[in-house]
Amino acid sequence: MQRATTIKLAFSLAKGTATMMQKYLQNFYLTLVYIFLYLPIVVIICFSFNISSHSLLWHGFTWHWYHVLFHDSDLAWVVVHSLTIGLLAASFGTLLGTLAAVSLFRYQFFGKSFLNGLLFILIIIPDLVFGIALLLFFTSIHLSLGFWTLLLAHITFCIPFVFVTVSSRMGILNKHFIEAGRDLGASEITIFKRILIPLLAPAILVGWLLSFTLSFDDVVISYFVTGPSFEILPLKIYSMIRLGVKPEINALCSVLLVFTLIIIVTASHFMKNPKSKNGKQHV
Amino acid sequence: MKIMKFKYFSINLISLWLIALATIPLLLILITSFLAHDDSHLILWHFTLSNYVYFFHPIYFKILWLSLKLSVNCTILCLLIGYPAAFIIARSHGSLKNLFLLLMIIPFWTSSLIRTYAILTILKTKGLLNSALLALGIIHHPIQLIYTNTAVLVAVVYNLLPFMIFPLYSNIEKLDTRLLDAARDLGAGKIKIFKAIILPLTMPGIMAGTLLVFLPAMTLFYIPVLVGGAKSLLLGNLVESQFLEMHNWPGGAATSIVLTLFMLLLIFIYTRFARGKQRQELL
Repeated sequence: MQRATTIKLAFSLAKGTATMMQKYLQNFYLTLVYIFLYLPIVVIICFSFNISSHSLLWHGFTWHWYHVLFHDSDLAWVVVHSLTIGLLAASFGTLLGTLAAVSLFRYQFFGKSFLNGLLFILIIIPDLVFGIALLLFFTSIHLSLGFWTLLLAHITFCIPFVFVTVSSRMGILNKHFIEAGRDLGASEITIFKRILIPLLAPAILVGWLLSFTLSFDDVVISYFVTGPSFEILPLKIYSMIRLGVKPEINALCSVLLVFTLIIIVTASHFMKNPKSKNGKQHV
Repeated sequence: MKIMKFKYFSINLISLWLIALATIPLLLILITSFLAHDDSHLILWHFTLSNYVYFFHPIYFKILWLSLKLSVNCTILCLLIGYPAAFIIARSHGSLKNLFLLLMIIPFWTSSLIRTYAILTILKTKGLLNSALLALGIIHHPIQLIYTNTAVLVAVVYNLLPFMIFPLYSNIEKLDTRLLDAARDLGAGKIKIFKAIILPLTMPGIMAGTLLVFLPAMTLFYIPVLVGGAKSLLLGNLVESQFLEMHNWPGGAATSIVLTLFMLLLIFIYTRFARGKQRQELL
């Protein structure tokens, strides 16, 4: 009897060790993947503080490159351009994307599946193809490339992303709120303003944040639809890198990385746990 | 009918916007691809198939071939690296899982241009990788990493890996573990379980990831420009130079149509695997 128990114990111990080993191996693998993804970014941030910008050797800590960056007035204008486009495109894109999500979710109408398919294609289509499509369009209606073309393009590519974010929240919405509103005599616009917007607020906010990031980072579409009169940050960085690595690029990229990081962490905070705030718990 | 005003307003607004700024521009590519051009006109109203016939010219065919090869390699590499990673994330628990997810969301939304610049600093002749290998004594003089096709492949995989992991993750997470237990109880080995259950059930995720990786891998034209490699390695570079350097817009439009055909083919395969509502898993 004693023996059997011992063998059993040894067996389960061995099995436990094997699972432990497996767990360690798994975490080790995942760590390697994350190192691959993050090491280059960390290197950039580290070297943005290096006194010698061209060497990989550490020559000491400095804020110099950030100082150069913040006193570059040309760059400041480019940042203002990008922020303007980002804020406007995210706001209009969020408005249109939310309207699209609400309309396609609630109403039946002619061309509904066409709109659905179009929004899906806009997510999948390579930026390059969409960029030249817009270039052809703007040229054919003689709209000169610059601020307006850039804004129209950015609003349009933000719409499907907001649509997806808001629709997925819409799917888990408690429909009784809408029915109750209608029974109490609320018009469609009142339902939209007083019921849907508050319930969808976290998703709308996430949609806005993601749109802003997309707009602020977009290279490919902007490359085709902006003119020399209106320079934006991603294209400025692109030309800086192409012309040879200037020392302050590291600092510029680090600032942008931290900026994006803040936006993403905020967005993922609101994306999490949809049950707690939108009334679903009362079902 | 004041009640219905909102409904029609929002449906009309979104339909008009998407028709004007998405449908018409995309149709313009199709039309332009059948038109001619000469030195003084970007586009001539004259029907021709020559833009497509050109595609079978050995030079263009070679670009198409190289581009496809790179995309296939990139997709396979992303899948091989990403599948186990997505699996481990989906099988982890609690706060660890949230951390893993957040760490994957951040590169997903970070500027692809900045991440390309980051991987460039690693691959440079005087970059981190060469320095590390020299210091470890594995190599004795720096090896040429950038300006090779391998560098482009590494950079593209680095850029697109999160786009493979996310759809895989959301698919694997929904996997019913009871099926795996049942298979184990019935005596199936690990390989058999993977081949007979896990793989077929996660096929929609694999297809969704492929959809998000395969096409961008061909069209991210700034990666070969920055990292090097054959000058026109990707279809994206061909389109870019046809539009902005050669001023051959119909030719560029025809190349984009070829890209779009790849996209439609992939969407077709994808919808066969993921019937119904799983489209939203793409994000």
